[in-house]
Amino acid sequence: MRLGKSLVASTALALIAASGAYAQTLTIATVNNGDMIRMQALSGAFTEATGINLEWVILEENILRQRVTQDIATSGGQFDVMTIGMYEAPIWAERGWLVSLDDLPEDYDIDDILPAMRAGLSHEGTLYAAPFYGESSMVMYRTDLMEAAGLEMPEEPTWDDIAEAAAAMTDRDNNINGICIRGRAGWGENMAFITTVANSFGARWFNEDWEAQLDSPEWLEAVTFYNDLLQNYGPPGAANNGFNENLTLFQQGRCGMWIDATVAASFVTNPSDSTVADSVGFALAPNKDGLDKRANWLWAWALAIPAGTQQEEAAMEFINWATSKDYLELVAEREGWANVPPGSRSSLYENPEYAEVPFADMTLRSINAADPNNPTVDPVPYVGIQFVAIPEWAGIGTQVGQEFSAMVAGQQTPEQALARAQALVTDEMEAAGY
Amino acid sequence: MARSVTTQRKSLNTFIAWTIGLLIFFPILWTILTSFKTEAQAIADPPVWFFFDWTLENYRVVQERSNYSRFLWNSIIIAGGSTILGMIIAIPAAWSMAFVPSNRTKDILLWMLSTKMLPAVGVLYPIYLIFIRFGLLDTRIGLTLVLMLINLPIMVWMLYTYFKEIPGEILEAARMDGAGLKEEILYVLTPMAIPGIASTVLLNIILAWNEAFWTLNLTAARAAPLTAFIASYSSPEGLFYAKLSAASTMAIAPILILGWFSQKQLVRGLTFGAVK
Repeated sequence: MRLGKSLVASTALALIAASGAYAQTLTIATVNNGDMIRMQALSGAFTEATGINLEWVILEENILRQRVTQDIATSGGQFDVMTIGMYEAPIWAERGWLVSLDDLPEDYDIDDILPAMRAGLSHEGTLYAAPFYGESSMVMYRTDLMEAAGLEMPEEPTWDDIAEAAAAMTDRDNNINGICIRGRAGWGENMAFITTVANSFGARWFNEDWEAQLDSPEWLEAVTFYNDLLQNYGPPGAANNGFNENLTLFQQGRCGMWIDATVAASFVTNPSDSTVADSVGFALAPNKDGLDKRANWLWAWALAIPAGTQQEEAAMEFINWATSKDYLELVAEREGWANVPPGSRSSLYENPEYAEVPFADMTLRSINAADPNNPTVDPVPYVGIQFVAIPEWAGIGTQVGQEFSAMVAGQQTPEQALARAQALVTDEMEAAGY
Repeated sequence: MARSVTTQRKSLNTFIAWTIGLLIFFPILWTILTSFKTEAQAIADPPVWFFFDWTLENYRVVQERSNYSRFLWNSIIIAGGSTILGMIIAIPAAWSMAFVPSNRTKDILLWMLSTKMLPAVGVLYPIYLIFIRFGLLDTRIGLTLVLMLINLPIMVWMLYTYFKEIPGEILEAARMDGAGLKEEILYVLTPMAIPGIASTVLLNIILAWNEAFWTLNLTAARAAPLTAFIASYSSPEGLFYAKLSAASTMAIAPILILGWFSQKQLVRGLTFGAVK
């Protein structure tokens, strides 16, 4: 009996202690990217100025996405500020899961946000997530290898230029691969890259009636080109390479070119990690000869407030701080301009000091070349460039990604991969009621 | 009958045992080695083994960035709490099933085990909603309860097997000597059951310590244990293997040390009843 009583008492005590007073503490969910970790380290300045304490929940990207979706869908109220991507923002906004950011103060200067970022993070013209940093994709290449090959990389290359350069730089004996691109399956891995290639070849995921278009000749041309590039000039085991694997290869001098996120520029030019830091050049993502759609993607890691938080005002205050012009200045002052989170505000690119950062100009041009509302040559019913902003995409993208990854691994031909992808997407979309 | 074992055969057995042991331990060894490398060395190809500039930089960064002691404390409370709570329920349950079985005891045991056959994610949303309702999200008490419930079938099963090994005649003899239920449990049963109880406790602490589905899904900032601490060091954009290895090493160190010290108990407990 005594045991029972003390159990009840201790449970009650623990419950009281657990639900104790947390007056002004914001819980912020984010990912472990360099810019976010820097924000965490600098956030003492925010607490000092406002008296609002911050609790950080840092999770692996996929766990974070699942965790945050689950919490927001059940109104769990675990997070006051969350880091979401450009894929989630319009979908969640449409469902009423996010607080609109219309109420940000005047001096936040919402019009300073780069137009492409603002478009990608808005729903029906209202901003629902503030870009913390943004990226497009571009070509990073080895200037020394290009010179040795007697070639020059145009600032606006075509896919033919890329294929030619890849062939010229490939040197299997010295373990140098002409090109490194993503092969690992995942809607945010190989499908991001392949979708941009497809866009630039004039392909599209769906026509305006939401019918899958993967059986089109444009898709076959794009995927065959991608596969040939990797088979002929790519690194061994490319079917398992994602962003981090290619970053490693490039930093070790194993790649002539790497087409990937613009944020990678700051990694490959950082002499403490990269053996090729002083011989990297940048160029716009390629287009196909005769078509003017470039293979740029557009992505942002953005801060948003889940509907239903008890601390909307404080959360707004935090977002105002973390995505403001002043924050960029703070980072520059403490860590140098090269470490300022890129791709969110126009004013950053007008700053003469930032213009001296070697990749600043190409990053801006790449972002500006991306248009999430018109991602393809032919019209489409969706927004999003390297993804389709519908809830079904994550599943579709991942499954199709596995088909293409198997193709890169040599298990099937582009024709087979596309036929299976077409069947799979048609089924999924039918089941989803499109 | 004892078999005669030649020296040759003995050394072969030793060799095989060491090889298997090293193979099993290799991932942990590699994690520990990587935690002393720089990010560039961590992904070097061909890999570097022992001859590199050993650095404590990763540990310094991890210490600076995360509040390790808070994660550790949460892990201790959750793993310890769920095991104690579970034992309070499992010991009487297993006792009654072993010594006063009914016609349905076997069915009940199997039914309890069947709850382990459902993938955890299948009940994620119901449990999440219950947790919201009772304000248990991101609390240690909530996690303690869930982990206790998850491990309970295993605890009961293990204890049941141990208790079954205790001959009923001993208990009868005790009763003949005038022992009541209380004396019977305290002075006869408990001493005989202690090895079994100890290994059940150890195994459950390890299971709860390593549990990474519920601990990640039901916590945010306050109750997050070491599994969340590890998960915070993976990165979609940027190299992270060396720091992740440092974080992992720090997370597994306490349980590894506990395991080493209680090796005898664990091995005895796990092989108990295996040879009949």
